[in-house]
Amino acid sequence: MAPSVGKSVSRKDGIGKATGRTRYADDIVLPGMLFGRTVRSTIAHGTVRGIRLAFDTAGFTIVDHRDIPGRNVVALIDDDQPFLVERTVRHMAEPILLLAHEDREALLAATVEIEYDAAEPLYDPERSTQSFKDIHILKGDVEAALARADDVIEGTYRTGHQEHVYIETNGVIAVPEDGGITVYGSLQCPFYALKALKSLFGPGTALRVVQTETGGGFGGKEEYPSMIAGHAALLALKSGRPVKIIYDRVEDMVATTKRHPSIVRHRTGLTRDGKLVAMDVDVILDGGAYSTLSGVVLSRGCIHAAGPYRCDDIRIRGRAMMTNTPPNGAFRGFGAPQTEFAVEVHMERIAESLGMDSVTLREMNALTLGDRTATGQLLRADASALECLHEAVRRTDFRAKRERYRGTNKGIGLALFFHGAGFTGAGEERLKSTARLDLTPTGAKILVASTEIGQGTRTMHAQIVADALGVPYESIEVAQPDTSLVADSGPTVASRTCMVVGKILERCALEMKQTLGGMSPADYYRKKGPLSVVMEHVPPEWIRWNDDTYQGDAYPTYAWGCDVVEVELDADTYEVRPTHVTVVQEFGRPIHPALAQGQIEGGTVQGLGYALLEHVVMKDGAMANSTLTNYTIPTTLDTPPMDIVMLENHYDGGPYGAKGLGELPMDGPAPAIVNAIRHLGLDLRDIPALPETLMACVSR
Amino acid sequence: MKTAVSTLELRRAHSLDDALAIMRSEHRMPIAGATDVYVGLNFGTLNAQRFLDIWPIDELRTISVVDDRLVLGALVTYTAMIASAEVRTRLPMLIQAARQVGGPQIQNRGTVGGNIANGSPAGDSLPVLAAADAVVVLRNADGERRVPFTAFYTGYRATVMRADELIVAVEIPRVVGAQWFRKVGTRAAQAISKVVVAAVRSPSPRIAVGSVAPTVVRLAATERALAGGASLDDARAALRGEVHPIDDLRSTAEYRLRVTENLVRRFWNETS
Amino acid sequence: MRFTLNGAPGDVDAHPMKRLLDVLREECGLTGTKEGCGEGECGACTVLIDGVPVCSCLVPFAQAENTAVVTIEGLGDGHPLQRCFMDEVGAQCGICTPGMIMAAYVLEPSASLEEIRVGLAGNLCRCTGYSAIYRAVQAAQGKA
Repeated sequence: MAPSVGKSVSRKDGIGKATGRTRYADDIVLPGMLFGRTVRSTIAHGTVRGIRLAFDTAGFTIVDHRDIPGRNVVALIDDDQPFLVERTVRHMAEPILLLAHEDREALLAATVEIEYDAAEPLYDPERSTQSFKDIHILKGDVEAALARADDVIEGTYRTGHQEHVYIETNGVIAVPEDGGITVYGSLQCPFYALKALKSLFGPGTALRVVQTETGGGFGGKEEYPSMIAGHAALLALKSGRPVKIIYDRVEDMVATTKRHPSIVRHRTGLTRDGKLVAMDVDVILDGGAYSTLSGVVLSRGCIHAAGPYRCDDIRIRGRAMMTNTPPNGAFRGFGAPQTEFAVEVHMERIAESLGMDSVTLREMNALTLGDRTATGQLLRADASALECLHEAVRRTDFRAKRERYRGTNKGIGLALFFHGAGFTGAGEERLKSTARLDLTPTGAKILVASTEIGQGTRTMHAQIVADALGVPYESIEVAQPDTSLVADSGPTVASRTCMVVGKILERCALEMKQTLGGMSPADYYRKKGPLSVVMEHVPPEWIRWNDDTYQGDAYPTYAWGCDVVEVELDADTYEVRPTHVTVVQEFGRPIHPALAQGQIEGGTVQGLGYALLEHVVMKDGAMANSTLTNYTIPTTLDTPPMDIVMLENHYDGGPYGAKGLGELPMDGPAPAIVNAIRHLGLDLRDIPALPETLMACVSR
Repeated sequence: MKTAVSTLELRRAHSLDDALAIMRSEHRMPIAGATDVYVGLNFGTLNAQRFLDIWPIDELRTISVVDDRLVLGALVTYTAMIASAEVRTRLPMLIQAARQVGGPQIQNRGTVGGNIANGSPAGDSLPVLAAADAVVVLRNADGERRVPFTAFYTGYRATVMRADELIVAVEIPRVVGAQWFRKVGTRAAQAISKVVVAAVRSPSPRIAVGSVAPTVVRLAATERALAGGASLDDARAALRGEVHPIDDLRSTAEYRLRVTENLVRRFWNETS
Repeated sequence: MRFTLNGAPGDVDAHPMKRLLDVLREECGLTGTKEGCGEGECGACTVLIDGVPVCSCLVPFAQAENTAVVTIEGLGDGHPLQRCFMDEVGAQCGICTPGMIMAAYVLEPSASLEEIRVGLAGNLCRCTGYSAIYRAVQAAQGKA
């Protein structure tokens, strides 16, 4: 059997997507279905004094917090966010009341008047006194090392919100069936939604979550769909009918999560020749009004805050602060794009102030095999920072262009970065993910909760199973994630779907192959009947992690990358256009090279948008530019040619040598662009690098 | 869509006379390519409920040259402008503007008449028409009148049009001198203008700017200064007296002013 | 109201101001055409009217009268663009794909990369960074 791993086989879902036959949440219509609407707060902070229904309520299903049979919290980590406001409003567009009606026009026309006692809102995370999570990473003695240093260089770096802009907005359908409720929806994590529903309904209701084809997620459909699922389920419970809630673009942008804005301060001690001797980093994230995932976003952000660099004395302090804005949440990269932006722009400033070549500075300090990271993790198997850096510098003729572009309107910059794959620390051990593989008369069927959100889950998992089982790729089926059928392989997040879930599936397939004992699936099925293999994730035995001290093996492995971006500045309009991007990444072995390349290209363009275009304008605690006209993501004409290089490696802990990839490409573009802008002579430390901001830099 | 479709009402006109008769008898908002109207309907921000569809009126789709004037029917789309040899020869800056409107789908439906009637200060074709001394041809059941484009707007999205009038064409006299256009948008395509400048270099230069005032504006004082041989610095002082942009979701007053200054200088240097 | 839909005569009774997008999805059951923004920015709702790509979220149904409308379903499942979008992984999440293919459908077979970029500038994709879409369109050139 010719292996399928390493080949760009045809996507399992390609034909449905290319013909338009694939059905997404909004494409599904059920008999007797109602449409649901969420009535939201119009103040950022205060209490609800009264609610008046200024419409004829005949034909409406109306739900408020008193209709909740179980607990009014979106169960996730800290259980602080309600499904529906009871009294206290903590942010704009917070859900208060739910309406459903069979006629969408009647639904939209219904007027609900809410009276509030408004309180003073807080929007500035630096003025907030409530932290959702504090993190301290200590390695060595920073103050002593700073005192010893020849030079201490400081800087503050800021990043803004970023909106996911999956092209399919959030949507679910809740259906009363089999004595319970089933929620079908566009989401990344069916078992997160199930957990939230179980808490919402309490014991006694049969609950089930089925993922519908999902038109993009990028983290934006990690936790928020639990909220929408709960809303639709409450309306379905009360009405006894299927209820569909589809957000329009404005509602999706105003109400749902964004990437956390950040303020990162660096104080770095150096020897005269440029060796890092002390890194003191302070990270502030704007968490928004409820904790949701802020603590774990902060955790990943802090662990990556020292960048891919070697330093014996490091202190990283982080806080995720409460503000009266909609909660920020998961977004591809999960805190690392913010902190790696800061450290990479800071490195460029260090090189500048030492009068050093910034490539040399990175070469001197990059993590290599045998080094220890900020959390004291020993890099035992791979550390490809230098390989990525050297290849990127070589391919782009970086140093020559640095010279040649000097004094022109062209700039070139780079960023070196890394990204831990899988859940942080003991996360995978706690998750105890399982995968299930069923024999079929023609091959096997994968039953996992890992969702296809465009990245290629189905295809890549099927390749791994096909090769391990020794059957053709085409003979592997992949079940739609349905919590009543599939094994809980954990959430589809954290660059873990290939490396962690793929590995469990590989083991399932090897076990199944052994059971088949040389028989073909068809023979075995005919002679012995069905066969099902369920296995649990086994983290590498050497992993040690201490959640209290934040010391130990933060991730089983890291993927590495170096981006080089060339830009041109229009001196009259202060517009910076990227003209070419080179991306060199090492993420183990690509299971499906074309899918991997697509992840890199797509993530890189999201990073370009983050750096240059995407500006969430917050006004009175809500996104004011909540349309695709006014929140501008890159179009074809904003996207430069890209040269993508995958440095192949083999990671023993992943299936066929693969590591995690999904988030890595998001980490590099923003600092590479800002460093290219610095090459133009502009001292920019914040993103997005809007022309308005650059104009101020030119004036300085 | 936020607007309830059942509350809307549409009549379709199949000829210009038909349309003018309807406009005389009842108050309706004309729609053509509908690219702005439906954005408003989708967001629930458009108050109009009664519409007159003039899209079928083919007689408003012609591009011609009459008495040395380029005449664009109101329903000429951006795509049609881009494809037109007459437009390319006589008004290349209009093609530059048209290419930067929305994406191809919008260029296929958006019309010159619609851009004028919608009257957004950020309308991409409007500075071109202002700099070219275009004339808007209005018609009602009684007849036709011609309004200089520079006198067409009376304020933010307010025009001299009477309730029963339709824009039927825009006439552009021969432009003598080098034409210059630059749009500064929020991104490279599908962008709303932050500043958009169209200009003509001739003994009496003409400069029009969008997105810096409630309507597209001609920089009369700046033009006079440049025509009189003033230095660029003096022209800049004149410009500062007549451009008063604002901060909004897309940009800042400071940026708009400074970029307008820079672009006027660039226009002058590039066309010298 | 009569129009030709994907090559077959159609006669649909719907409000003249209803968006063509909604008529296609709700009255005609053709859900391949997607709504991403409702404001003509994302292009996910792109269909052809008399061979011209338009955003069907901005078209009153009345204006489809006596025209020929083609949606993604009108391409069947064997069009070279569809095959090449599959082979080159031009589709990731797939929600922009039908609109992207309809916009690409009218490109000249000889279109250069630059012409492809301009021709697809009205379609947003958040997954691919567009490169794989260009590869798909280029691979389909000459196969139509």
